[in-house]
Amino acid sequence: MSDQIKLSAKDVNLWFGSKQVLKHINISFPKNEITAMIGPSGCGKSTLLRSFNRMHDLSPDARIEGKFALDNLDLYQKGLSVTQVRSRIGMVFQKANPFPKSIYENINYGLAINDVPKADRPGIVENALRESYLWDEVKDELQKPATRLSGGQQQRLCIARAVALRPEVILMDEPCSALDPVSTAKIEELIVKLKKDYTIVIVTHNMQQAQRTADKTVFMYLGEVIEHDTTDNIFNHPKNELTANYVKGHFG
Amino acid sequence: MMKKLTPLLEWGTLLLSTGAVCFFLVVILWDLISKGAPSLSWEFVSTLPRAGMTKGGILPAIIGTVLLTMITALVAAPFGICCAIYLNEYAADNWLTRIIRACIRNLAGVPSIIYGLFGLALFVQGLHMGTSLISAGLTLGLLSLPYIIITTEEALRRIPASTREAALAIGATQLESIRDVVLPSAVPGMLTGLVLTLSRAAGETAPILFTGVAFYINNPSGYLNQEFMSLPYHLYMLSTQHQAIEQVRPLAYGTALVLIIVVFLLNLTAFYIRYKHSKDE
Amino acid sequence: MKLALREKIDHSARLLFRTTGLLVIAILGGIFFMLLWNTVAFFLKVKPMDFITGTQWNPSGSKASYGILPLLVSTCLVTLGAMAIAIPLGIGTAAFLSEYAGKKLKNILKPMIEMLAAVPSVAIGFLGIVVLGPGIASLTGEPNGLNALNGAILLSVMALPTIITVAEDALHGVPQTYKEASYGVGASKWQTLIKVTIPAAAPGILAAVMLGVGRAIGETMTVLMATGNASAFPKGFFHSVRTITATIAIEMGEVPYQTTHYYALFAIAAVLFLITLAVNLIGEHFVNKFRKYQAA
Repeated sequence: MSDQIKLSAKDVNLWFGSKQVLKHINISFPKNEITAMIGPSGCGKSTLLRSFNRMHDLSPDARIEGKFALDNLDLYQKGLSVTQVRSRIGMVFQKANPFPKSIYENINYGLAINDVPKADRPGIVENALRESYLWDEVKDELQKPATRLSGGQQQRLCIARAVALRPEVILMDEPCSALDPVSTAKIEELIVKLKKDYTIVIVTHNMQQAQRTADKTVFMYLGEVIEHDTTDNIFNHPKNELTANYVKGHFG
Repeated sequence: MMKKLTPLLEWGTLLLSTGAVCFFLVVILWDLISKGAPSLSWEFVSTLPRAGMTKGGILPAIIGTVLLTMITALVAAPFGICCAIYLNEYAADNWLTRIIRACIRNLAGVPSIIYGLFGLALFVQGLHMGTSLISAGLTLGLLSLPYIIITTEEALRRIPASTREAALAIGATQLESIRDVVLPSAVPGMLTGLVLTLSRAAGETAPILFTGVAFYINNPSGYLNQEFMSLPYHLYMLSTQHQAIEQVRPLAYGTALVLIIVVFLLNLTAFYIRYKHSKDE
Repeated sequence: MKLALREKIDHSARLLFRTTGLLVIAILGGIFFMLLWNTVAFFLKVKPMDFITGTQWNPSGSKASYGILPLLVSTCLVTLGAMAIAIPLGIGTAAFLSEYAGKKLKNILKPMIEMLAAVPSVAIGFLGIVVLGPGIASLTGEPNGLNALNGAILLSVMALPTIITVAEDALHGVPQTYKEASYGVGASKWQTLIKVTIPAAAPGILAAVMLGVGRAIGETMTVLMATGNASAFPKGFFHSVRTITATIAIEMGEVPYQTTHYYALFAIAAVLFLITLAVNLIGEHFVNKFRKYQAA
């Protein structure tokens, strides 16, 4: 396991209107590792996650301070193409949000707008579906509307859509919160497998999920990072009392 | 005894007002259909008026209304949709946006006759388009604009933020996310609003009075710089201005019925789109 | 497509969309400016006092007079009459829909109201001539029934769908807990409606009324066809009147451009514009009040 830093945030403060949601965040995520972010609702973990691929750009009342970096690239520097940032940092959302298009088009769309040569696209689509363990289930009905898939299949399609673009980082915002245990298990298996090619940050409410998948775990509370350590330490030897209470299920 | 009667009386008051409203609609429809239907024939909708309007059909008026409505759509739809996209997808919540929204609401409340004056001053005289199909179409387009903006924005607002984020997250620009993902999802809602607005525009008379409508055109050319006939104006003329009013009354009824049918058909189309879409979801 | 090009297109599109937003302001500004310009041109020829206080509108007489009062009073008379009919009927129907009607009945009534809203004003005006006119004439013994009452009834029909829809939204938006509290102290359904629901929905109902008034004041074809258009000073509901809108519709078609008479029509249009603007702003004020209350 390399300790090379892939993604980092330094001295980050974030406000929505007058409400400060993130306070003095300093955090970094090592390459080819899975980091889970846990904490009670409203602690800012999703907000932090979404800051990395600049999803707050469209909320006019969000104000961000501090430095976000992918490798050594300042993600918020002037003149940087946000479109390019987002094609390097993929994202999977809480609720599966396939496009209202066919299964094939859901993945092909990203390739088309990102100027992937036409001849390569069918191969990449197939590969992405295989990587997300969806190929065998959908290979005969690629033209079916994606909205007809089950919830778990839709979420795996969204993961396929993200990996098809070969991003360097994949951000996952509670990807299993709307799914049944069987689908959740499939997706967790997939996440662990993706680790060798991608750096993954996953926000989750489910502490078993963090333990099953993550190398490192971050505990956040009221907009601050309270503790950031190996998953084993966070769950078995927490240093902070708040962390200890949370992982024992005493609040949140 | 009174205790039982009072609730009935109270309830009856409300029922009576509702009944009166329904009664209005029934009278309107019944009178127009029962007296208009005898005038309807293939000849009525497919031939030119004859003998000083006392005989013959209303073909030029139908053609005029159809063309006028199409121009209205061509003017108002692109403009209105772009504006709705700006308001829902781009505009921040600041003073400029609030002014634009206030303007739209007030435009929706401006009396249609004032749009007529504006069309006269701007298109007919100012831009030297004369009284013509294009002047009237542009005027009706402006009149329809606020409704199209309001309905389109409602349709866009119903598309969840996660749909936009899905496209942005794979590196689509904001325009690409709107064009490829948001608009296709919003089409049924937008179409419903557009068709309803057009059904209104098709029945409007006041804005076209001074901008291009004519009492009689024997040769409906469809050229944009020509005057034209239209169903609502034809009805107005036949029922108030004709020298043999009693004689042309059946023709007026027939025209009114055709007008109502055109408007209701457009409305039904809109309801069908809405119904089909709600079932799809 | 290359990224730089895509971003350039994205940027241009943003500008285009923004421009259409600004154009909307320009349209309302343009309407306002057009009215103002021509009104000023009018006031250069006719004294504003004569316009405001003159009791005679006779632009084509040997000594032309441009008093707006008869037109203004006509407009107000017809609108007032329309509201006297439409407000009780509208609120009654809205209350029936929101408090009493079952789902099935609602599914029939709502499309009927939408249909009523869709009937073109010229068709309603036509029925004023062929149905309502003769009816009023036979009741009153007048030679024809084209008068203020006829116009008022027709305008009430046109304003009703607006009033019903907005008022029903308002009544529907009253929190269930208010009504339950009222039932809890033993009030009947009717008492709850009169004493709790309607007062709670008052801002929304007022907004509905204002929107209805706006619709009635600005309506042209119906009053043009049904009120007889006598330009004398209005004497009452059973007399022929001539509203601002009808005057513009009748005279603008015949006057030569850029004459005093032409400017005079823009001046009365400016008055109409200001009235509807005021009515709509008041309505909007109540809508906002109602929204705030709902959100709380």
